[in-house]
Amino acid sequence: MKYVIAGAGPAGVIAAETLRKADPEGSVLMIGDEPEPPYARMAIPYLLAGDIGEKGTYLRKSKNHYKDLRIDYLQDRVKKVSAKQREIVLDGGGRRAFDALLIATGATPIKPRVPGLDLPGVHHCWTLADARAIAKRAKKGADVVLMGAGFIGCIILESLLSRGVTLTVVEMAERMVPRMMNDKAAAMLKRWCAAKGVAVKTGTKVTKIEKSGRGLTVHLDRGKPVAASLVVVAAGVKSNVGFLDGSGVKVKQGVVVDDRLQSSAPGIFAAGDVAEGPDFSGGWSVHAIQPTAADHGRIAALNMAGHPARYKGSLAMNVLDTAGLISASFGRWDGVKGGDFAEAADKAAYRYIRLAFDGDRLIGALALGLTDHVGVIRGLIQTGVALGDWKQKLMSDPHRVMDAYLARAYA
Amino acid sequence: MQKSLLIDPGKCTGCLQCELACSYDNEGVFNPAKSRIKVFNFHDQGRFVPYTCTQCDEAWCLHACPVEAITVDRASGAKVVADDICVGCKVCTIACPFGTVNYNQSTGKVMKCDLCGGDPECAKACPTGAITYVDADWTGLERMRTWAAKTDAGQRATA
Ligand SMILES: Cc1cc2nc3c(=O)[nH]c(=O)nc-3n(C[C@H](O)[C@H](O)[C@H](O)COP(=O)(O)OP(=O)(O)OC[C@H]3O[C@@H](n4cnc5c(N)ncnc54)[C@H](O)[C@@H]3O)c2cc1C
Ligand code: SF4
Ligand code: SF4
Repeated sequence: MKYVIAGAGPAGVIAAETLRKADPEGSVLMIGDEPEPPYARMAIPYLLAGDIGEKGTYLRKSKNHYKDLRIDYLQDRVKKVSAKQREIVLDGGGRRAFDALLIATGATPIKPRVPGLDLPGVHHCWTLADARAIAKRAKKGADVVLMGAGFIGCIILESLLSRGVTLTVVEMAERMVPRMMNDKAAAMLKRWCAAKGVAVKTGTKVTKIEKSGRGLTVHLDRGKPVAASLVVVAAGVKSNVGFLDGSGVKVKQGVVVDDRLQSSAPGIFAAGDVAEGPDFSGGWSVHAIQPTAADHGRIAALNMAGHPARYKGSLAMNVLDTAGLISASFGRWDGVKGGDFAEAADKAAYRYIRLAFDGDRLIGALALGLTDHVGVIRGLIQTGVALGDWKQKLMSDPHRVMDAYLARAYA
Repeated sequence: MQKSLLIDPGKCTGCLQCELACSYDNEGVFNPAKSRIKVFNFHDQGRFVPYTCTQCDEAWCLHACPVEAITVDRASGAKVVADDICVGCKVCTIACPFGTVNYNQSTGKVMKCDLCGGDPECAKACPTGAITYVDADWTGLERMRTWAAKTDAGQRATA
């Protein structure tokens, strides 16, 4: 079998390794268009914080990792895919035939239509190249504007702060991390950020960025303009599907895949940020998160190699450390019609937990200041275990999730 | 033959010797809060349940880690966190459906059971035999395996 993988991020690399295990005889070609060895975008915040060097972001640490596994790693860009001819065309000119192809090309940050986003000093925080550019400008005492306080924005926030910059965060929505937190939790997070000296402007839009002297001026739709020497744009991402035009592969938000991670074209699979796959909470979604990239990569590869594995769907889940306040969200934390909620808050201590149920099953959760055994929330949601009388116990004390798991699923 | 921790909650009296041994051996302090094995106390039933990582085959923690900080120890089969590589992103703590990787705020890294290099302190410290270290075949980890199998891929494939 000839396997080709387009994209060398976590989804691509985990797929390549799984293919090698599942089919020791097959040839595995992994193609990535970035100049560095395969790395984890997720590790960029820790690079910016100075915790690690660039090598610390690499997905695999041994120098000959890919060679040792007989994975051919080619630095090039896949320009075109033909489902019919079963081949790909490379930027560099060549073509490669495949028996099974994995599309693992990830996502790209969205550039909102705001004048001035092409000016020097305005950067996304997505690649190692971006990180180098940010590091140059985010010096101690520098004025920095972060545009967007979504999940990725809040992660970058932490690393910018650790560089000692003066930070202003501008978020269009009425609250921070709107897709992962409700008003109550987001208000606590905002208060926490303010206490750490970050100016957080929610419900505010950047209307224009202008050059002024050696720096930039960021104009807002409310309040005074803000001076900055660096603007970091984190306004969402979109799947990298452009090169699939005319390929015969069905694309919506991402490459639409079934529960075997196979696209509309037999033998062509997709995984990670580029895939619109079964959503555990219902329907199809692009879940642009690391655990989904890992699960997708593994399960897609098993199916490519002819070991049938059905995917139950990805669970939207995040853990966030915002200047020391740790938050996590899972699945349908916003609940479903007719479902119950359990909630407990300690505002002064920045602690909050909210559980969402459908009948006596847990379907989502949101927590601030909780770190012990949080994974069990994923387990309870994804196994759909019936909580029985433990639901009532959780309704009166939602902090007892671990006890509920032990009682209902373990012992 | 690889070995596993076999936990029999029925024998546990809640003396916490395992937590003390674990925290002392791994973190140099007698502090149950730093232990990788936890004894849960069901007050209303007078029942104690020791609980830690089962070194599951799926190893979600390991696969989710973006920087290869978790690897398999060939001899013991344990999934082990390398502190010098871990960046403290906590993704493994939400990926493990058993909730057995925890963030350690004081080090900024995560901690999980590593079977103490193949000679677990908790099993040695347990005075009642509630925790033993035995051939993997005997441990009847089936219940945990079912839980694991239910988590993402319906069927477990043979790779
Ligand atoms: C700053 C930051 C922090 C993050 N923090 C978290 C976090 O805390 N938790 C979390 O769950 N997720 C986090 N993420 C998201 C996570 O990094 C992504 O979900 C993950 O990288 C997705 O992996 P992937 O393999 O699908 O895509 P990618 O990692 O994007 O890899 C895809 C690769 O394919 C390449 N490529 C694209 N098109 C082509 C082509 N045509 N030909 C060849 N190669 C191509 C890309 O250049 C890239 O190298 C973070 C992301 C960023 C940027
Ligand atoms: S920490 Fe969790 S995911 Fe990792 S090996 Fe242990 S049980 Fe499995
Ligand atoms: S917290 Fe450490 S071990 Fe866990 S996923 Fe992140 S880097 Fe890996």
